[in-house]
Amino acid sequence: MISILSGDLPRSRILGTMLIAIVLGLALAPFLFPGAKALNVAAKILIFIVLVASYDLLLGYTGIVSFAHTMFFGIGAYGVAIACVSLGSNWSSILIGTGAAVVLSALLSLLIGMFSLRVRAIFFSMITLAVAFSFQTLASQLSDLTGGEDGLNFSVPDVLSPSYQLFEQPVFDVSVDGKIITYYLVFFITIILFLCMLRIVNSSFGRVLQAIRENAFRAEAIGYNTVIFRTAASVLSAIFATLAGVLLALWLRYNSADTSLSIEIMINILLIVVIGGMGTLYGAICGATMFILAQSYLEDLMAHSASATQNIPLLSTLLSPDRWLLWLGVLFILSVYFLPTGVVGKLRSIKR
Amino acid sequence: MSARVSTNAPEPAQAMISAKRRIDWLPLLLAPLLMLIAYPLIGSSSTWITLTVAGLAMGMIIFIIASGLTLIFGLMDVFTFANGIFIALGAFVAVSVLGALPQWTGADSLGLNLAALGVAVLAAMLAAGLAGLVFERLLIRRVYGQHLKQILITMGGMVVGEELIKMVWGTQQMELPLPATLSGSLVWGDVAIEKYRLLALLVGLSVFVCVIVVLNRTKVGLLIRAGVQDREMVESLGYRIQRLFIGVFAVGSALAGLGGVMWGLYQQNVTPQMGAQVNVLIFMVIIMGGLGSTSGSFLGAILIGLVANYTGFLMPKVALFSNILLMVAILLWRPQGLYSISSR
Amino acid sequence: MNEPLLQLDGVHTHIGAYHILHGVDLKVPRGQLTMLLGRNGAGKSTTLRTIMGLWRASRGHIIFDDHDIAAKPTADLVRSGIAYVPENMGIFGDLTVRENMLLAARQARSVDEIDAKRLEWIFGLFPAMKKFWQHPAGKLSGGQKQMLAVSRAMIEPRKLILIDEPSKGLAPAIIANMIAAFRELKQTDTTILLVEQNFNFARQLGDTVAVMDNGRIVHSGLMAALAEDQDLQTRLLGLSLAAHQ
Repeated sequence: MISILSGDLPRSRILGTMLIAIVLGLALAPFLFPGAKALNVAAKILIFIVLVASYDLLLGYTGIVSFAHTMFFGIGAYGVAIACVSLGSNWSSILIGTGAAVVLSALLSLLIGMFSLRVRAIFFSMITLAVAFSFQTLASQLSDLTGGEDGLNFSVPDVLSPSYQLFEQPVFDVSVDGKIITYYLVFFITIILFLCMLRIVNSSFGRVLQAIRENAFRAEAIGYNTVIFRTAASVLSAIFATLAGVLLALWLRYNSADTSLSIEIMINILLIVVIGGMGTLYGAICGATMFILAQSYLEDLMAHSASATQNIPLLSTLLSPDRWLLWLGVLFILSVYFLPTGVVGKLRSIKR
Repeated sequence: MSARVSTNAPEPAQAMISAKRRIDWLPLLLAPLLMLIAYPLIGSSSTWITLTVAGLAMGMIIFIIASGLTLIFGLMDVFTFANGIFIALGAFVAVSVLGALPQWTGADSLGLNLAALGVAVLAAMLAAGLAGLVFERLLIRRVYGQHLKQILITMGGMVVGEELIKMVWGTQQMELPLPATLSGSLVWGDVAIEKYRLLALLVGLSVFVCVIVVLNRTKVGLLIRAGVQDREMVESLGYRIQRLFIGVFAVGSALAGLGGVMWGLYQQNVTPQMGAQVNVLIFMVIIMGGLGSTSGSFLGAILIGLVANYTGFLMPKVALFSNILLMVAILLWRPQGLYSISSR
Repeated sequence: MNEPLLQLDGVHTHIGAYHILHGVDLKVPRGQLTMLLGRNGAGKSTTLRTIMGLWRASRGHIIFDDHDIAAKPTADLVRSGIAYVPENMGIFGDLTVRENMLLAARQARSVDEIDAKRLEWIFGLFPAMKKFWQHPAGKLSGGQKQMLAVSRAMIEPRKLILIDEPSKGLAPAIIANMIAAFRELKQTDTTILLVEQNFNFARQLGDTVAVMDNGRIVHSGLMAALAEDQDLQTRLLGLSLAAHQ
């Protein structure tokens, strides 16, 4: 067990329990929580775990603040979408699409990474923001390729499509169709990718990254080798994000600029990684789960509260489910102040 | 050892200092150069004039917002992404104020129209300035010196601020029409120039002149310029730099509010997200200009305005990318920005 | 006798995890020039910065003119009458000499309000200041920058001036200028605490001397006494006066 986790244990009873609960819950989701919405939420959690963990690699471990992460996410999703649309919906086109997306992401992240060294850190962050915005616009505008604002609908190989039935009879009252198969594909790939990232951050490469992170924020002088490490970290992070995008496309069988490239997703990633805990990777698991569960179900809760308090004008407005982002923002600010190491860090610091 | 006590600075003639400050001419040539290049590409003089005026006007508005931010970044060493809030706040306040003065804005008198705008601008700047003070007190003050936290907290602050704006004004786009005498264009032969754009040019230039005058001719301006170079020394000379920070932050926010009003009028509508959208352009300007340099941001803003309009006409699909290319090109030439401040 | 204008009692300073000052006890007599000597890394600059509030003393008292100033903000100390000339001089390179001086003249809102007589006095000591009045300070030579830094500390009367290694890297002729300036400064009843490594320079100016090593004061007394005692010099500073000729 320890070697699978690359020696990076949860180091906290509560955290460990949470993680086990989450993993089990996700593993058995189609059977424990039947229904399309629940499965969607579970799949989204899985995808965000990979996406946020890849961002944590960049932000938490290497100390690079980039706002262009959604770009790689989108590239992955579009890669699969475009490949399936133009080359037919079979496994080889998915592989080709994934391959092309990974190569593109690697190249772009290499360029961005090298450029970041010529300019100050704050410039770099702002530039990535500009790049992210432009890429989103570009994707909407290249409508021949990307389907523009409407996006691309495409079909996946038979095995993964909803109409496919694996077993004649329902298993535990759930009919095992293509959707469920896709779900488990996403599940297992997520686990593999996460364990990969855990391996990376716990290797000597990962330790050098952390050392660089400390130095980069204290002194702005960057030595030569730092260059290589930071660029490598950027490229790796981009690749994992791209793979998360591939998973998204496979699940939704659809992609558009809004679905994978919007600035809201970037903000969500940032919120999750900070609230979950930067530089821990497990923070991505806890954070993504809490965040997406809240996002999906809290709105209903808030709608109830809003109608319950509708006679109190200000309170009702504050509790309206549309204001969900307001509370998230406040929560975010509070976590930056009081939980600098996020939920995971807080749990770990509770000594027994 | 010789006992010679020299009373004159023993400098050989060649090591003489250049008299006065030599102005760095090179970056100043960029704007005219750009205008010249665009001319043959665009073809017609009248279109060229229209686009150039539009570009300059847009650049001025961007500069108004950027001028405050460049000082906040340069002087306070605070990385704030929250400017978008003050921009949007200013614009929405203007919507409310102008909406309450239909007799002035509808009247066919330039005087009344300008007065209405004046009131709106004042209200917007006040609101934005106050919001800035609150923001500094609650959020920024605790994270001085911690850049990562500043980035995170100000982004969070922006999210919260945007939601608060939505609460007060709703989530929909709202119209911000120009007052009667200011809408429409002045026409000379083939050339049509929008009246509002001329106003924007005027306002932008005035702000630039004001800022330069304050920076160069007042003691406060001197403190700011010194503080951008060496904060600690300014403190060691006996000035409470903290108070200066608060003032700069408030003024910067007020300027953002002014810029928001101008931008809203330029687009003739306002949305809660407009701040975030303009923010990206502002950052590009500040990066190009060099943190802490007002003339740098002025130049950068003009360049961005011109490029945005020229490419918007020539190659609409790559318009936003063209700005990034411009920024990258300038950074490759001068990684610290067009006019960098010699300092820490 | 006079009470010391400045007194440090058991001052400790930590910078991050590093414990730099280990209980500094220092007395700076009124109206005299006290030299603070010691080799590199002894903690001399840290002592000045701690007095100035740029680094907080973690323990101990700093008493200036009968007030404990250990917790006071830097800017207030200047108002109380302390000036500081740091090791890196703190010159604002993009500003002109004139603007640098205007900044230092806290009471003046514009150049016209600067005390003309004092300015003339400074110009007399450092003619280069007058010559390059409108020039950007960054373009001055090292020696001229040092003169500017000292001029800034002199433009308004101060009770105490803290100076960090003014002679570092300066040509002997300019050092002579400096010495003349400090002597005149002493005559205006200003107390000076001066950090130095150049013992010859120190010997010509200092009335009192304190030697630091490893964050502590290891010797204090009259300069004249130290100057005569070559053994003591060698022990404390690893040199003798002869080596400095």
